[in-house]
Amino acid sequence: MAELNQIIGALRLMAETIEKNKEHLTELDGAIGDGDHGINMSRGFAFVKETLDKGGFQNAGDLFKKCGMALVAHVGGASGPLYGTAFLRAAMVLKDREDVHAADYVQILKDAAEGIKMRGKSDRGEKTMLDALIPAYEAAADAVQQGKSAQEILNAAKVAAAEGAVGTEKLVAQKGRASYLGERSIGHQDPGAASAALVLAAVADYFAAEK
Amino acid sequence: MKKLINKPENALDEMLEGMTKAYPTYLRRLDQTDVLVRQDLSADKVGVVSGGGSGHEPAHCGYIGKGMLDAAVAGAIFTSPTPDQIYEAIKAVDRGKGVLLVIKNYSGDVMNFDMAKEMAEMEGIQVASVVVNDDVAVENSTFTAGRRGIAGTVLVHKIAGAAAERGWDLDKVKETAEKVIANERSMGMALSPCTVPAAGKPNFSLAEDEIEIGIGIHGEPGTHREKLVSADAITQELFDRILADYPLKSGDEVAVMVNGLASTPLMELYIINKKVHELLEGLGVTVHQTFVGEYMTALEMAGMSITILKLDSDLKMLLDDTADTPALKVIGTK
Repeated sequence: MAELNQIIGALRLMAETIEKNKEHLTELDGAIGDGDHGINMSRGFAFVKETLDKGGFQNAGDLFKKCGMALVAHVGGASGPLYGTAFLRAAMVLKDREDVHAADYVQILKDAAEGIKMRGKSDRGEKTMLDALIPAYEAAADAVQQGKSAQEILNAAKVAAAEGAVGTEKLVAQKGRASYLGERSIGHQDPGAASAALVLAAVADYFAAEK
Repeated sequence: MKKLINKPENALDEMLEGMTKAYPTYLRRLDQTDVLVRQDLSADKVGVVSGGGSGHEPAHCGYIGKGMLDAAVAGAIFTSPTPDQIYEAIKAVDRGKGVLLVIKNYSGDVMNFDMAKEMAEMEGIQVASVVVNDDVAVENSTFTAGRRGIAGTVLVHKIAGAAAERGWDLDKVKETAEKVIANERSMGMALSPCTVPAAGKPNFSLAEDEIEIGIGIHGEPGTHREKLVSADAITQELFDRILADYPLKSGDEVAVMVNGLASTPLMELYIINKKVHELLEGLGVTVHQTFVGEYMTALEMAGMSITILKLDSDLKMLLDDTADTPALKVIGTK
């Protein structure tokens, strides 16, 4: 079980991770997109950090809603509404809740993926962030089924998301600007999948470091 | 880059300030936003909101006023506004009768407006939306899945705005907007490119004697390039493409819009308009109303687009209703 201050800690590490990987994400996007994913994400997460610094959250749902709004307002492009949707779906799962359990995490991954599918009119296999997020959800759900510990569940999601992101190298982009490259997008990792994997890695890493 | 701006990053804000000072009786700026809202918001009607990237002036802020928009949201140049801003616009104009969002079909715009719609619905505001995709030139281009929304969007503002002004309910206003979208087609061409201030250089180049047919309003590629030919021949080409997609027959009634992309003299737009009318007359089609001017521009691009909207009795009535906005005025009986 995680309490509000722990979730804030995890979100803080998420923001730091994105900032640290800004150049990397921009390079990935430069190869197949318009090269602004790292810049946009780091700008958005800087505002998430500002939101966290301000504090005053009523509960976990409120926390995710405020962070989601920061992303929506400051990331821009397509990533803004997509990440914003993911955070607002998490806010709905955690509405009026003070703490978060492993089962909630699985539900958040599921609802976030559903929200992104709907918003981006996309699905798995189209070389998007869903190729990291959906495997992460499946792995986390499996880990819950097998009665694994909370940390094992977070780690399962982290590993599956990272594998999914690397796996996008083999895929032909079908959404976003990368889709105009068609076959030429093969061999490049999708920057959205890469950032999604980083976000989930930060959650697992935060709680692992806390132990 | 040769532009009358101060700093690229201040262009949007300074433009909105300038518009607000130009039309204080029509509109005001919502504090801390890039949203302009109608001054005389009527208490008892559906709100109509549009918006999109800037650089298409007078779209969309110039269409705020009686019989058209109640608010417009201005994004950065050629970039969709964000959901939080759109949400503020929705909240500002909702009078309990709901709000219609008029969205141009670009992936970013659709996503951001959809998200704002959800946010407003979570707060109990009734929101409907329509997506304008009038450009017959290309399917799936740089910023779009499906067809692009261009100058025909202004006719959606005009007619949906009139329907709302008449007190029609949200469903009926939406239905009417959808009918306009179903009945209208556009296509454009460019003589010269445009430069996004932050980029500092033109987004494509054309030889002195070359034009691009089917260009988008952000300089996105069209169908092909060709040598410059006469105005009549270019008009014929765009007209044929439009009619191939939406055939008209003798006895039909239409509205025509000849839209300048910003650097095209009105003289040339009138020459185009003459030919459009001749071609329609040749088919036995009656032109009920004509708009010639700069309605949906593309920064300093030279070129134009032609829009043809097939009318029925409802659409004619709504098109003839009064519109009193900075950029479009129609003197009607209602």
